[in-house]
Amino acid sequence: MSLQMKRIVKSFHTNKVLKEVDFTVESGEIHALLGVNGAGKSTLVKILSGQQLYDSGEIWIGEERVSLSSPHEAIEAGIGIVVQEVDTALFPELTVAENVTMHELVKGPVFVNWKTRKQRAKQLLQQVGLEIPVDRLVSDCSLSEKQQIVIAQALARNVRYLILDEPTAPLSETETTTLFRIVRRLKASGVGIIFISHRLPEIREICDQVTVLREGKTVLQSEVAGQSDEQIVEAMLGRTLTQRKVKTEKTFLNPILQLDHFTIPKLQQKITFTLYEGEVLGIAGLVGAGKTEIARALSGQDPSPDMLTIRGKKDKIRHPKKAIKLGLCLIPEERRKEGILVDFPVDQNLSLPRVQTITTAGRIDRKKEKQLADAIVKKLGIKTPSLSLSAKRLSGGNQQKVSIGKWLDTNADIYLFDEPTKGIDIGAKGDVFSIISSLADQKKGILYFSSELDELLTVADRIFVLFDGKIIAERRTQETSLEELMALAAGGGTQNGAVNQANRTS
Amino acid sequence: MEQSIKLTELPKKQKKGKERLLPFFTKYGTVLAILVIVLLFSVLSEEFFTYKNWTDILRAISITTLVAIGVTLSLIVNGFDLSVGSTVSLATITSTAAMVWYRQETVIAICIPLLVGLIVGLVNAFLIVKIRLPDMLATLGLMYMINGLHLTITKGYSIYNNMPMTDGGTASGKILPSFLFIGQGEIFSIPFPVIIMFFFVIVVHLGLNYTKFGRLLYVTGGNEEAARLSGVPVKRYKTYAYALSGLFASIAGIVLASRIGTGQVSSGASLLMDSVAAALIGYSVFGANKPNVLGTFVGSILIGILLNGLTMLNVPYYAQDIVKGAILVGALTLMYKSRKEA
Repeated sequence: MSLQMKRIVKSFHTNKVLKEVDFTVESGEIHALLGVNGAGKSTLVKILSGQQLYDSGEIWIGEERVSLSSPHEAIEAGIGIVVQEVDTALFPELTVAENVTMHELVKGPVFVNWKTRKQRAKQLLQQVGLEIPVDRLVSDCSLSEKQQIVIAQALARNVRYLILDEPTAPLSETETTTLFRIVRRLKASGVGIIFISHRLPEIREICDQVTVLREGKTVLQSEVAGQSDEQIVEAMLGRTLTQRKVKTEKTFLNPILQLDHFTIPKLQQKITFTLYEGEVLGIAGLVGAGKTEIARALSGQDPSPDMLTIRGKKDKIRHPKKAIKLGLCLIPEERRKEGILVDFPVDQNLSLPRVQTITTAGRIDRKKEKQLADAIVKKLGIKTPSLSLSAKRLSGGNQQKVSIGKWLDTNADIYLFDEPTKGIDIGAKGDVFSIISSLADQKKGILYFSSELDELLTVADRIFVLFDGKIIAERRTQETSLEELMALAAGGGTQNGAVNQANRTS
Repeated sequence: MEQSIKLTELPKKQKKGKERLLPFFTKYGTVLAILVIVLLFSVLSEEFFTYKNWTDILRAISITTLVAIGVTLSLIVNGFDLSVGSTVSLATITSTAAMVWYRQETVIAICIPLLVGLIVGLVNAFLIVKIRLPDMLATLGLMYMINGLHLTITKGYSIYNNMPMTDGGTASGKILPSFLFIGQGEIFSIPFPVIIMFFFVIVVHLGLNYTKFGRLLYVTGGNEEAARLSGVPVKRYKTYAYALSGLFASIAGIVLASRIGTGQVSSGASLLMDSVAAALIGYSVFGANKPNVLGTFVGSILIGILLNGLTMLNVPYYAQDIVKGAILVGALTLMYKSRKEA
């Protein structure tokens, strides 16, 4: 049996997001759904899960036409979704058992039999392969456990088609392996799986079929095995990705930031390193390795009791304002929460850190503000129809450029980038990389925190590998490889890691 | 840094007919409502559209507006100040008590309540910024404390000229004419409280929209963490907002005391809800979708006109709350409607 979407059209106001999209997923297959941001993936997923109505087109499950006009109908039709932010799908203050059997609670009798409910939960969790006490509160579960709870929830509803929306993005390597085991088990039991991811190796590892959307159209539908990475990327972008330049080896002389047994409060660890002028220092680590904690300590969000040395001067960072004064700026991972003010216009976002420089006698010079913002918008190629547009209406990539742009031409000369490419499309990624390398050319020091190891290899001069809060290795970019970094980040020594890597891909 | 393809195109707005009408209503609905109401009352009552009545309306709303400016400031930093009503009461009591009980001059009778209001604001800020209590709870607690405090000071009695004192005699001081001018005087036949109101509305409007101070207040309220990471001293700006909120409540209290010529206990109680309503109605004015002082002013005009007109039409005062509530709900509907659009 198959789930078929035929000629689906959806527009918001006058903006056509889906232009006659066809998409078919068979039972018992894992189908990758790919596309850059804005290609229409999320809209398609929302339509499938009944959260959004489509304007025209047909959806069939086997021989039966379904309308999917509400989340309830989608569940009835056997379509389940594991949303990207699983917390929104769970009740944190309830136990695992209660969460897993929520559906049956809603459908079931007035009085709840706790014993059977717990048993049912255990049984469902076993199907997923998750072994956690069913009495535990969901708020005490790890992210990957929560994901599995959501999958178990879907099983309780007799799911026939399951959508996984970027499930691996926040997971560690072992967690990803566990997830894949579960997904394969679901596949074997005949569930059709729609798998959304940005990571090509993963797709190659687990998916049978691939569909690529671009600008609201289906541009590729094929077996994964029949396509090369280049072909898939080209389908996503509609152009070939420019070949990566291998970074030429540079020597750096002047230290700009020196940490000597610098305590990271949230990690209870001390770290030591030196960053040089014009250097891009990559800090590689999987989710939970402690990247954000280091960035937060350096930017004064979680102040460290220790001194650090900036351009030879010792100082202490007690709060973000102090960090900024010393020329340290953070481009945070949580862009929309910490990087930009979503409800404020683009120009006011860009001028915020230097609002003092455009103020005379307390009054803000709006003309100067516009000029300043306009210069940055042009310099970074921020796509916005107007400077007074709310930042929330920009795309993810352009928001990131705003988050970076607000520090350009301030006194900032040490830039901390925390997962700067998270959730932005490949085109914008390229732009972010060129911004970073031009900053390096201007003799700025750059700390680049990322779990995207291949990106680190493109952008960094030197890479530290972080594992469990400790810097466990240092490599020159020219002397290392993706495989080695992956193995190190996953916690193995070089040799062990390589073996793990081999196991995973086999 | 050139991008060869457009990855995201922003929707071009080409609205027609109905689509264009809805934003118009969400933007100008409140102003439109005022015009309609004015027209209606003018037809129904001959005295409504007269100079005297308009000055009456403006004088009536001047005190509410002053309190509402403070509330607006606390809303701007994404906070809330519930203690403004009782601060008004306390200011009223302290200013009259200074004159009637302690024979102080007008200047002192103005400075003391201002100081008191400032202290209230700083205590609020301390609880919210330092102790990190939720704003509603902190200011609710303070509302009770100040209320109790002002009743304790007066032992529950209002303060007026020649009032009997506990020692058997009468109070030696009196409320001075120069003090009474604040609430009762006129300049070029414009009531002085109205002048005070206009002055502060304009000053605060300019301050909020054209200065760094105003920008950083809005930024703090817009996203505290992002603001902090951009180097904004968010705690300081929150403190400013609550301090100003207390100050404006005490200014309102002084005007109120002068207007009625006595220190009435609990005189500010009803002002809390009216000023909150005015500030919230203000969100929707001109589609600002954020707390703003011009909107707040329009909000209190709307409430003022309604109450005035309804009184003229002999609608009993207890029924007027129904209308106030309905207006508030209407304005908030407009706001949330337009927020969804944006």
